[in-house]
Amino acid sequence: MSSTPRLELTGVTKRYPGVVANDNIALSVAPGSIHAILGENGAGKSTLMKLIYGVAKLDAGVMHFNGQQVQVRNPQEARALGISMVFQHFSLFDTLTVAENVWLGLDKHLSLREVVERIEAKASEYGLELDPRRPVHTLSVGERQRVEIVRALLTRPQLLILDEPTSVLTPQAVESLFVVLRQLAAEGCSILYISHKLHEIRELCRACTVMRAGRVVGHCDPSRETNASLSRLMMGSEPELLSARDQAPGALLLDVRDLQLASEDPFGTDLQGISLQVRAGEVVGIAGVSGNGQGELLCALSGEDRRAAPGSVQLAGVDLSQASPGLRRKHGLHFVPEERLGRGAVPTLGLAHNVLLTRHDAVGPLGWLRLGVLRAQADEIIARYKVKAGGPDAAARSLSGGNLQKFIVGREIDCNPRVLIVSQPTWGVDVGSAAHIRAEILALRDAGCAVLVVSEELDELFEISDRLHVIADGRLSPSVPRTEATVERIGAWMSGLWPSPPNQQAINAEGETADA
Amino acid sequence: MLRVELRAQPSRVWSYASPLLALVLTVLIGMALFVLLGKDPLRGLQVFFWEPIRTPYALGELLLKATPLLLIALGLAVCFRSNVWNIGAEGQFVLGALAAGGVALLAGPDSGRWMVVAVLLAGVAGGMVWAGLTAWLRDRFHANEILVSLMLVYVAIQLLGFLVYGPWKDPLGYNFPQTKTFEAAARMPRLFDGSRLNIGLPIALALAAGIWLYLFRTLSGFAQQIGGLAPAAARFAGFSSRRALWIALLVSGGLAGLAGALEVAGPLGQLTPYVPAGYGFAAIIVAFVGRLHPVGIVLSALLMSMFYIGGELAQSRLGFPKSITGVFQGLLLFSLLACDTLVAYRIKWGK
Repeated sequence: MSSTPRLELTGVTKRYPGVVANDNIALSVAPGSIHAILGENGAGKSTLMKLIYGVAKLDAGVMHFNGQQVQVRNPQEARALGISMVFQHFSLFDTLTVAENVWLGLDKHLSLREVVERIEAKASEYGLELDPRRPVHTLSVGERQRVEIVRALLTRPQLLILDEPTSVLTPQAVESLFVVLRQLAAEGCSILYISHKLHEIRELCRACTVMRAGRVVGHCDPSRETNASLSRLMMGSEPELLSARDQAPGALLLDVRDLQLASEDPFGTDLQGISLQVRAGEVVGIAGVSGNGQGELLCALSGEDRRAAPGSVQLAGVDLSQASPGLRRKHGLHFVPEERLGRGAVPTLGLAHNVLLTRHDAVGPLGWLRLGVLRAQADEIIARYKVKAGGPDAAARSLSGGNLQKFIVGREIDCNPRVLIVSQPTWGVDVGSAAHIRAEILALRDAGCAVLVVSEELDELFEISDRLHVIADGRLSPSVPRTEATVERIGAWMSGLWPSPPNQQAINAEGETADA
Repeated sequence: MLRVELRAQPSRVWSYASPLLALVLTVLIGMALFVLLGKDPLRGLQVFFWEPIRTPYALGELLLKATPLLLIALGLAVCFRSNVWNIGAEGQFVLGALAAGGVALLAGPDSGRWMVVAVLLAGVAGGMVWAGLTAWLRDRFHANEILVSLMLVYVAIQLLGFLVYGPWKDPLGYNFPQTKTFEAAARMPRLFDGSRLNIGLPIALALAAGIWLYLFRTLSGFAQQIGGLAPAAARFAGFSSRRALWIALLVSGGLAGLAGALEVAGPLGQLTPYVPAGYGFAAIIVAFVGRLHPVGIVLSALLMSMFYIGGELAQSRLGFPKSITGVFQGLLLFSLLACDTLVAYRIKWGK
């Protein structure tokens, strides 16, 4: 290994109005190393990557690349230097083929045929299975990520930046990604790996820079740390511990029977015969890679989609298949959606008015609003769920993701629902708030609520669920108790490969597809 | 170097100051225009901003003209806040005028004063039907309400033309395209002697208070606005977008129709082809200058009315072209849109 670092940052600072996103950051990445950037949401990881990739301009500081001082003004200049980035959210056109998508970002002098050949060559070099002629909308999320990675590799990068690359992958797909990354690193390409998943970083990386609140707070070799020591570095404190318990579930509350629903979105997933029961006092988890019907299922359960056949969604014997969200709430079914801003809360409105979306305690006769009652209600939620906010009139968008999620979950929990459905309870939430939210969900379960959690984070589901289902391609697996669930088993099920009940075996055998 | 920088929070101060700055800019550009036209800018200003409030009679005229603008803009504020883009208030105004005129023509010399109520209700109903047509087409066929409502304006004007040139033409009117003058029982009662100001003004002010209460103090008004601010949140909350569409269009159609009724049974006193005076379009500017807020709309309706009257005075006294009113309306709207940048952004000197 040569002594010149591939990338070296000194004194890098980036200010946004009201916040210093990066404060005097120093970072050194050796050639051929897989270097982790670890930090909670809002720690400034993404901002730093944007500065390196030229998406944002640094206010102060110096950047050296292979020993040369450089100024990266835009992503084109970054790519010319040999820096590539794979973003967390893919930028692919659904209706174009893989090759056409890659072609868009390349020099125009290549023909489409040459692009196809290059993709095939690059993909086979790294053992990535990818058909360049397939339209992107037919690809799974894991395959789409492969497109992005191959696209990045075609520019022959010396530094590859990956932003939360595993958040959308099955455990098996994560393993094959790691194989590719290790091969790349062995060839001398440096990799900046952004994540908040501690075990991945410990497995993959030998160097790690930890960020907190816009500053670098430590360097370490993750392979020599434990999850606990890493999260202490990342948060400055230990997360709350959850209490385990064993208790028999009570009466059947949420009963979904053979729910069939064609998706309203042409690229969506049709629900095929989903059956699922949640009893009082238990948490049922649904695992799965995003885009396998979770969104459609949640809309059908929440009442945002009211096309379900009569009898397919029942709450304690009452048919709510076609009831409005308001009527479902009256029966005690509350829902926390995945998107906080714009769906769970109105960004520009104050927290007090956001309470009105799902709670009508402050509504008097003739729909008259009692604003005093409303503010008191918001104040109570803020205090009880330790939401950091500038009071009941603070706009929802002024809160951090974690605090807004605490507020929204608090709003739904606060009215003692009989059934609570939560989608991605801690997605994008910092570790401290995540532990708090999980503890609240478990407390609600102990109080006799039936809880359904849909999440892409297996760790989280293993932590809080009593039983687990897996959703794949619009179908739901049988449930498995947490004690019998393993990452390997659930991971295999996430590709749609679960043992069918005897009477359905014949039907399902032909429909199964593997997503290796 | 001059830079525009995003604010962390939208500025409260500038959301109030922006309309005032826009007004100042409008006046300054207007004065420059006077100079370019070879007129005395101070005299121009005097005609535009002092003459309309100099005498009680002039003040009455100002308020009279502000009334339909206020009513229509109130309805549009409900619409625009609900993300329903009703551009056809002019057509709803005409239909309100037609329906009110039709009822007023039924009045005889011995009709009672209840006729006034019937005329007003007919106006409301007429505007609602016309706006309801847009709502139905949007609801049933997903037709774009901007285009549908705008095109229905021209249909409404043709309908008015057909009636005043045809079946409703005054037989004793020397073949002029107009109806007979309404009986006194069907005309709006005036508030004071020596002024054309009628009961329309107190009705409009009461409705401004009513719309404020509806928007900011009722669940239904809240639900309307969520549909505009965050449609996914409205769906999540279970607020029906169809309901929001119908309420928005029926309220704004009803108010525009009421304005039409007050206009024909008030200062006009008969139906003529000149009923559509552009209030429905000017009210769009009034609604936005007034920040889609009832109190702001009261003020901006007065301002717009001043431009109308000032424009007419500038024609007759200073020999300005007729289009001067439109120029001022346009100047104000553009200045406001430019000044509104300052609500979300700040301007910084230096690097």
